[in-house]
Amino acid sequence: MGNWFSSIFSSILGGDKEVRILILGLDGAGKTTILYRMQIGEVVSTIPTIGFNVETVSYKNIKFQVWDLGGQTSIRPYWRCYYANTDAVIYVVDSCDRDRIGTSRDELAAMLSEDELQQSVLLVFANKQDMKGAMSAAEISEALGLPRLRNRQWGIYKTSALKGEGLSEGLDWLVNAIQRK
Amino acid sequence: MSFKKDEDTDELGALMNLDHSTVLQEARVFNETPIRPRHSRLLLAKIIFLLYRGDSMSTTEATNLFFSITKLFQCKDMSLRQMVYLTIKELSTISEDVIMVTSSLMKDMQPNSEITYRANAIRALCKIVDPSMLPGIERFLKSAIVEKSPNIASAALVSSLHLFKDAKDVIRRWSNEVNEALNGKSLSQGPSFFGGGSSAQNQVVSSSKIVQYHALGLMYAIRQHDRMAVLKLVQSFSGQNKSSSWMGGSSPMLRSDMAHVLLVRYAVRVMENDSSLLPQLYMLLEEWMGHRSDMVSIEAARAMCQLKDVTAKQLTPAVNVLQQALSATQKPTLRFAAIRTLNALARTHPEAVQPCNVDMEGLITDSNRSIATFAITTLLKTGNEASVDRLMKQMQGFMAEISDEFKIIVAEAVRSLCRKFPGKHSVFLAFLSGVLRDEGGFDFKRAAIEAIMDLAKNVPECKEAALAHLCEFIEDCEFTKLSVCVLYFLGEEGPLTARPTVYIRHIYNRVVLENAVVRAAAVSALAKFGVSPVADPSLQRSVRVLLKRCLDDRDDEVRDRAAWALRMADGDQSLRDKYIRDDSTFALAVLERKLVEYCADSAAAAKGSFSFESIPRISRAQEEESRVRARMENMDAVLTGTTLSAPSASGRAVGGSESAEPGTPGLGSGAAASGFMDSFEQQAQYASKLNAIPELAAFGDQPLVSSAKPVELTESETEYVVRCVKHVYESHIVFQFDITNTIPEQVLEQVEVVMEPEEDIEGVLQPVLVVPITELKCDQPGTAYVAFEHTDPETFPAVAFGCTLKFIVKECDPATGEPEEGDEGFEDEYSLEATDISAGDFMQATYIPDSHSLWESLGTEGEAIETFALASFDSIEGCVTKVCELLGMCPLESALKPKSKAAHQAVFTGRWLGRTRAVARTRMTYQKGAGVTMELAVRSEDRNISQLVVSAVA
Repeated sequence: MGNWFSSIFSSILGGDKEVRILILGLDGAGKTTILYRMQIGEVVSTIPTIGFNVETVSYKNIKFQVWDLGGQTSIRPYWRCYYANTDAVIYVVDSCDRDRIGTSRDELAAMLSEDELQQSVLLVFANKQDMKGAMSAAEISEALGLPRLRNRQWGIYKTSALKGEGLSEGLDWLVNAIQRK
Repeated sequence: MSFKKDEDTDELGALMNLDHSTVLQEARVFNETPIRPRHSRLLLAKIIFLLYRGDSMSTTEATNLFFSITKLFQCKDMSLRQMVYLTIKELSTISEDVIMVTSSLMKDMQPNSEITYRANAIRALCKIVDPSMLPGIERFLKSAIVEKSPNIASAALVSSLHLFKDAKDVIRRWSNEVNEALNGKSLSQGPSFFGGGSSAQNQVVSSSKIVQYHALGLMYAIRQHDRMAVLKLVQSFSGQNKSSSWMGGSSPMLRSDMAHVLLVRYAVRVMENDSSLLPQLYMLLEEWMGHRSDMVSIEAARAMCQLKDVTAKQLTPAVNVLQQALSATQKPTLRFAAIRTLNALARTHPEAVQPCNVDMEGLITDSNRSIATFAITTLLKTGNEASVDRLMKQMQGFMAEISDEFKIIVAEAVRSLCRKFPGKHSVFLAFLSGVLRDEGGFDFKRAAIEAIMDLAKNVPECKEAALAHLCEFIEDCEFTKLSVCVLYFLGEEGPLTARPTVYIRHIYNRVVLENAVVRAAAVSALAKFGVSPVADPSLQRSVRVLLKRCLDDRDDEVRDRAAWALRMADGDQSLRDKYIRDDSTFALAVLERKLVEYCADSAAAAKGSFSFESIPRISRAQEEESRVRARMENMDAVLTGTTLSAPSASGRAVGGSESAEPGTPGLGSGAAASGFMDSFEQQAQYASKLNAIPELAAFGDQPLVSSAKPVELTESETEYVVRCVKHVYESHIVFQFDITNTIPEQVLEQVEVVMEPEEDIEGVLQPVLVVPITELKCDQPGTAYVAFEHTDPETFPAVAFGCTLKFIVKECDPATGEPEEGDEGFEDEYSLEATDISAGDFMQATYIPDSHSLWESLGTEGEAIETFALASFDSIEGCVTKVCELLGMCPLESALKPKSKAAHQAVFTGRWLGRTRAVARTRMTYQKGAGVTMELAVRSEDRNISQLVVSAVA
């Protein structure tokens, strides 16, 4: 199965090139936790990311080069320095943070309008589903304006980084989406 | 051979030809995936080379580059990552937004990373964090400091030391960890370091010495303001040597020689100024001189040699150590360190260095020229008259081979030798004139010329020969300044010689051949020959003819000077004396400041021409003295380097804020007189500071009469340190309070000084102005002012003021110094010592030429005499210094240098409120048991003033 995937990728992307993924989202959405959950399968204690973390994640024999960029207001302007050659963006939303969902939508819209990201696939993680009062995937999808996106492959998954739920489903979708590209 | 050379130039060429923009273009490969580690690494090396070469990079360029480099963090190649760390450190000061790598670096410094990653990540991280982020990484740095691996511990310690100046309070909290690193917990990691067999184990211990060195440095930085703590630190490490148990006692010990050198310096710094600790310091230094490491023993010897009041007996062991080092044939560094120290020592204690003479003779031919130069100049200081000829000859032999810097040292040595052995003047003169003919820079030529002038002044027999050499020098001198200097000197000395015409010929040649500046100087020199009292009429005539020719000069200044000189020559004798043979001069620092102020103020020219009235005058002798002193201090600084124990040099360097300390009494009368010169420069600085305050600048229209020396109103180690300086104007008195808050947890606001007169001053002094300090943070001195108007010009009050510091205290975060929000603060007071105004404050210390005839002409009408019995003084010297201070007048000639211990006469001059001239004469006698008996007589144009001056002492 894995060999099959990797051979597909080799043919699509050429050589041993890794899939380049950005994890973005507002501060405190759970980006760094998701990154390390994906990489080492554990929940690590994190502090607000000043700058970025970059790790290589293997999933089903595919190598992802994952950039987790800090989400604080002061760091967001630098996201664009890392847009080039990005295959996919994982956009993480704190499903309980109703107050800032608007801000989240604006940042997402600004990001998707960048030239360098026109070919990138968008995967949204509605994170923190383990918490009470979390918004549903449909609510978030509506709030972010996903249904109105044109010329973009996108998907949204309910996740809980703490419990490790929903991440692999999302990644499976991502693999397929990139394949179709 | 030649082939190799080509290769070298090629290689160098390849680097030299590196082009800034090409390299930046290439740097795009950093953005590609996958990363090519080897290629990228090479490129980073090129970038660093460019930066080290001094290429400047714009902020945009650097920022772009920085962001491309951040992408390299995806690659795990270790050597690439190390280059990334290095480049980030270099870019950290040029590029913006370097905090973007914070998280990545923090991850690399975690305990689960490779050691190499961790140490370098710490160093890079500390370059990019700002102090406000420090608490976030504090935990990691603290644990890194006590890390077993020396790489990591050292990196953390050194980085902390760099951060210390910006984040004192955070790092102070780490002293436990630093202490642990310092006391070598690493001892417990292996069974014992002398018993260990495996090389790996030795490795750990040997390199961990460096940790101790770094830890000691940081520990000192943390504690340096706490004298007791530093003392304890020094003592804890100096205790164990006594029991000679360095092979593994439980008390802390220094394994690192470099740390030990530091310890020597700290010990000197903390103990040298405390007389109760001096015996201990001597003992420690002596003990350390026996240390097995050369570095430590030489440092200890050097420290001993530099102590202020060291005795010959104490110097002996130090000189022994240095003497041994002189014969260290394999180690030029040791020889150099030793000879340099001995050279400096020879300036103050030549007799102590004499035992090394034989060894130093051997070093004259040392292949290292620096060592040889020091050896010869030291020998010149310690040697006897017989050896001078030989040494001078040897020195001449290699003058051409040494650098200017050393030539200056030689010239200075010869200069001091001239004074010591005047009998040898012909040898010195021949040497100096010889080196003048050789190539050399300005500073060296100046040193040589000054040495010759010195000879001419002090050794009458060789004056003519010296002047002849100087004449020869200006015939072919490329330095205008030196020509001017020599011409001036010829003008001073030439007229008094037997055959002045010889010099006139040389001087007039300059008028014909040189540039305008030199011509003007030559004209002034000629004029002096013309008006000399010993000039015969035919000489006067000839000079007049020459001066008349100068009236046709192209240059205005030259013509002006010639015209003025002719006018003088025709005028009467008293006029000439007044202008040409005046032995007083202006206090140049004050004159310069006043002129700058005058030029800066566009309205001033409208108000009238520049007034010389307010410039204090000093005698030429005093000016010369201050110049000599400045030169000696310069020399000291050159010879001893920027050492820890150079209080005088460092004090001067700090200038404005620090040099205000009163002359140390231990230094004797010379320092007292020179302290007097300093006060002029000091006043100049105060005045410009006062004028910067709008409320006070209004007083600036009146000339500043005097500024008193600062007086401490608190102990130096209290919570708030306050110093008071009085400035007296014609009708105002300003008290300047320099206040330092030493409590990091507090910010003071609205700081002001409340002054309560202890007597009724109604109608005499009227408080007019209080300038508070808006905000006073820890360790940032501020200045508050209180001003009084002197409303009754007839009364000069002598009154004391009780002083209280009033302020609002707010708690603050010691790390940022920002007061906590919403903290209203509370009012508080702090009482200070009293300050006062006395008659001496109204006196301007001014040199008045020819005070004797002034004394006579003032006569007895304006005289006030009183006799005092001063039992509290136990020497004349102490008494006369105190009297000078109280009078606030200018001491003449040897006023402050009593020749006899039993009786002394001194004369002082000054101007009351900068106007009325006053002369004070005092006679004092000293008897053991009875103290000093003094008669003080003051004459001035106003009897009341004389009375007031006398009352200053009472």
